[in-house]
Amino acid sequence: MTAAFILVCSIGFLLMFFVSYCRSLLATSSTVALTQEVREVAGIANGISPDDFHRVVQLLQLCPDRPEERGRVRTVSAYYGFLGFVRSTLAVAVPSLKAWTDRERAQCGYFAAVALGRRIAFSRDLLAQQMLP
Amino acid sequence: MPGPTQYIVWLVGALLEAAVVVCALRRNAFRQYIFLNVYMASEFVASAARFEMMRHYGFLSLAYAYFYYYSDALLTILLFLALSSLYSEVFRELHAERYVQMGSVVLLAATALFSFAVVHQSFTVAEQSSGKIFFHFVFEVSQNLYFVGLVLTYILWAAILKLRETRTRLIQLVLSLGVYFSLYAANYALRNLYPSAEAIFTVLNPLIGCFLPFAWAYAFWKLPEEARLAPAELAVSPR
Repeated sequence: MTAAFILVCSIGFLLMFFVSYCRSLLATSSTVALTQEVREVAGIANGISPDDFHRVVQLLQLCPDRPEERGRVRTVSAYYGFLGFVRSTLAVAVPSLKAWTDRERAQCGYFAAVALGRRIAFSRDLLAQQMLP
Repeated sequence: MPGPTQYIVWLVGALLEAAVVVCALRRNAFRQYIFLNVYMASEFVASAARFEMMRHYGFLSLAYAYFYYYSDALLTILLFLALSSLYSEVFRELHAERYVQMGSVVLLAATALFSFAVVHQSFTVAEQSSGKIFFHFVFEVSQNLYFVGLVLTYILWAAILKLRETRTRLIQLVLSLGVYFSLYAANYALRNLYPSAEAIFTVLNPLIGCFLPFAWAYAFWKLPEEARLAPAELAVSPR
């Protein structure tokens, strides 16, 4: 009985902390402005839509990897997957939840675009180092 | 016996635990978050000691099982102290550190007493004298402390939102602790509910264990102490 109670509460708390933690990761990149170049490369010149995340992540994977970013991108990918699940299940019954998940998914896309910008800059630095005699 | 993957997860976990202390030292955050770092250093030492115990006595030996669960209970108490230090950090401006420390000691003792009462009730007189009861007590106290820690982390998170705490590093330390506590509490509860699936949950343990040192190392290394964010943006329900 105690274990079942603990299990139910833990899952509830886990969801709440997971969402808040992921939002704190997204918040750290929301203040970073995207350059015009990144907007063009990512195809988000007219703003980012909730479905852009996967496309931007595919572009991210084409750039040289930055190990310190890998964990964060994975966590946000898991969050994006969770939001997709909520959108296709619970949000069918609660329309306001659909608007919220779409906003959050767009934030995930923005986060990926910021990471893409960093990777492009990182690739440039690598190339510049190789060009040096 | 653990397979190569489990050894790798174990090693990665231990390295991440050491990385937390190194990152905190490099970013001059060691003293400010001393209990968090003491906990991580102890986790690292415990990982190394567990490996030695396993090498000497074997993974399925009683000696290793006793060592694992006793060290786990001690580490949970240390994590509990680390959590109370985060409380002190959040409530510093209210000068409520002493009350927080007293409260955490009382709660710790109450949890241990409650766990002992639960275990004592479920054992017969013959079993109580066999020493088996202490092993179950250690398991029960760990599970309950994880749950109490989880509830306390939730209260701390509510206090952060209420007091409009803006330190990004502190917020991420608390939230990652919340995720970690909930994962562990759920894992312990599942092990209690389904003892036949013990093998699966034993594999999950070190994987869950990697999350906290990873998140804390990231928070110390990447987020400067001056970084700020609006916590109201992070609440699940809009404020």
